[in-house]
Amino acid sequence: METLKKEIKTEKLIKKTKISGAEAVIKCLLEEGVDLVYGYPGGAIMPVYDELFKYKSQLHHVLTRHEQGATHAAQGFARVTGKTGVVFATSGPGATNIVTGIADAQIDSTPLVCITGQVSSHLLGSDAFQETDIVGISTPVTKWNYQITKASEIPEILAKAFYIAKSGRPGPVLVDITKDAQFEEVDFSYKKCEKIRSYKAVPKLDFEKIQEAANLINSAKKPFIVWGQGVILGKSEKEFKDFIEKTDIPSASTVLGLSALETKHRLNVGMVGMHGNYAPNVLTNECDVLIAIGMRFDDRVTGNLNTYAKQAKIIHFEIDPSEIDKNVKTDVAVLGNVKETLTEILKFVDKGNHKNWLNEFTKLYQIEYETIIKNQFNPSKNGLTMGEVINKINKETKGDAIIVSDVGQHQMFACRYADFITTRSNVTSGGLGTMGFALPAAIGAKMGQPNREVIAVIGDGGYQMTIQELGTILQTNVAVKIVVLNNSFLGMVRQWQELFFDKRYASTIMTNPDFVKIAEGYGIEANRVESRGDLNSAIQKMVASKSSYFLEVVIEKEDNIFPMIPTGASVSDIRLS
Amino acid sequence: MEENKKYTVSVYTENNIGILNRLSAIFLKRHINIESMTVSKSEIENVHRFTFVVIVTEIQIKKVVGQLEKQIEVIGAFYHTEDEIIYQETAMFKLSNEYLYDENIQSKLKFRRAQIVTITERWFVIEASGLKEDIDNMYEKLKPYGLLQFVRSGRIAITRPKMAISELLIEN
Repeated sequence: METLKKEIKTEKLIKKTKISGAEAVIKCLLEEGVDLVYGYPGGAIMPVYDELFKYKSQLHHVLTRHEQGATHAAQGFARVTGKTGVVFATSGPGATNIVTGIADAQIDSTPLVCITGQVSSHLLGSDAFQETDIVGISTPVTKWNYQITKASEIPEILAKAFYIAKSGRPGPVLVDITKDAQFEEVDFSYKKCEKIRSYKAVPKLDFEKIQEAANLINSAKKPFIVWGQGVILGKSEKEFKDFIEKTDIPSASTVLGLSALETKHRLNVGMVGMHGNYAPNVLTNECDVLIAIGMRFDDRVTGNLNTYAKQAKIIHFEIDPSEIDKNVKTDVAVLGNVKETLTEILKFVDKGNHKNWLNEFTKLYQIEYETIIKNQFNPSKNGLTMGEVINKINKETKGDAIIVSDVGQHQMFACRYADFITTRSNVTSGGLGTMGFALPAAIGAKMGQPNREVIAVIGDGGYQMTIQELGTILQTNVAVKIVVLNNSFLGMVRQWQELFFDKRYASTIMTNPDFVKIAEGYGIEANRVESRGDLNSAIQKMVASKSSYFLEVVIEKEDNIFPMIPTGASVSDIRLS
Repeated sequence: MEENKKYTVSVYTENNIGILNRLSAIFLKRHINIESMTVSKSEIENVHRFTFVVIVTEIQIKKVVGQLEKQIEVIGAFYHTEDEIIYQETAMFKLSNEYLYDENIQSKLKFRRAQIVTITERWFVIEASGLKEDIDNMYEKLKPYGLLQFVRSGRIAITRPKMAISELLIEN
């Protein structure tokens, strides 16, 4: 009888009130500390929006101009804050429009909770107006998804959604809520989710593996680190830096790992991958121990797997067990959150000195500097280069800006040349390569870090994929700086056509509108630069502006991004021209 | 190149709508054909058990199982080679009553564990369990009698080694 009494007591402690499912949704978000939501209303999610109206002082909703924009904005917000981005969309087309953003968040491990309205449960499966099977559609691109048909499920499922999105390797979660469940009344009580019996967010630490890895590292003559976004997601920038500084190991970043370590750190040897730096790519095939930290050996990083670091012992620090041996066979897999595993291994690694080995990186950097970088920063031709624009942005922002890049040549220039001194400053669509990502993501990034300078660097192609989000800037007054690098081409595809398709420029030439007038139409101060002499002052003016600003820079039409590892080639066969 | 082999995959999951879709998507993503699939409850209350049969390389099956395991509602996923499991399938054959007393059929029924499960005025149904080969064999023998209907279940399998699902649930 003792037990029974206790249960009655707890029942009383949890305060219950009857509210609508829609209101329950809002209350769940508030319980999770959400104060910002991106979305777009529509029939099937109207009850939730109606509640939003009542709660507008506590929960701010940003109306984007397209649901895809809402997801990218939420991603930008999540990437710079480490918080979970939240998206609202209606059923049918509203829901299908968020699929691209969800897929992007899935492949780049970004925590999102997307809430979609759905037709009433009695209409499910009847091809009702704006009905689409979004749970079915989003299954392969979500970490988890669920359809709610009863209001009583809302608190528990949303608690689960937030837990799953954020814990372990983060990712997007979609919760589809039928309209009748939004109207239905529910006794509301909220309890945060802390575990799910079938889900292990972080694998258990294996001290033997840590010791094994430490032994390998201590005996290495030419150790080399490739780190990825796991360092940022695990909030382990400090542990990472302590580790590399103690061991004195040259370290290179993946695209998504950028900014976890300041660009100019003496052990930062640049970026690996298809358009990464010469030294880290070439020396991948000369190191004796390759230490991968929070990265997943993407094909854009490894090039041909049959010739990737075959001479090296591989150590893989990773939170997701399914990544181990997925692409590259590891010798030692250290599972866990890198914050924990790096803290542990730091105790066992010796103080290192790899001066000669580091010199090899410097030597190769000199070659890259002479053949490529110098010409980017101080071009001999009249046409402006993307590299010099990024370099000027570095100077004006002192490397402290959040750079949000889109997808294509300009993205690779931004990643290669942007100086970072603060973590979470590189926001880009890495895995999915989603053109149109940058403009809305920059809006989210600025809202997440209002005190930091946020500069979106976008190509003329990608800009027009989500250009309507200028309307969101107009409505919210968010002070995003937009730099469009306009070469009147879909530059990356054009480069491939030049190199691999005998210059057959099929559908890559762009006839573009007057971008300055468009920006001005949205009330955004705008400027266009066509010559080198005007570049400095234009960027100064943009950075000095306290409000949103648009800058179009007309770029040399047929410039290429180098170095480049052609598809299927080995990392050490990286081309300088 | 590593050779393709037949693997049986056991997946223990929570009993929720949509899991089948999520699991089959992982095979689809890698362009793997599912030879057979069975879903049932398991030895643990409210835990479902999927049994897939696929023909792939061991490297592939390891990766697939890793990705199955990663799904939130999957408690455990394992793959087994043929010698690690005891397995069978069940089939039903519907035949016209004119053959009910046919001696040949009667003798075929002596095949391991085949039996008549239903007899009506016009037709009767034979049920047989065994390995896929046994059922194929039975099918070939009964085919000349004009099968009115034939159906076979997916493979079900019990593993020889232990699958520590209950322990996994406690640990988490």
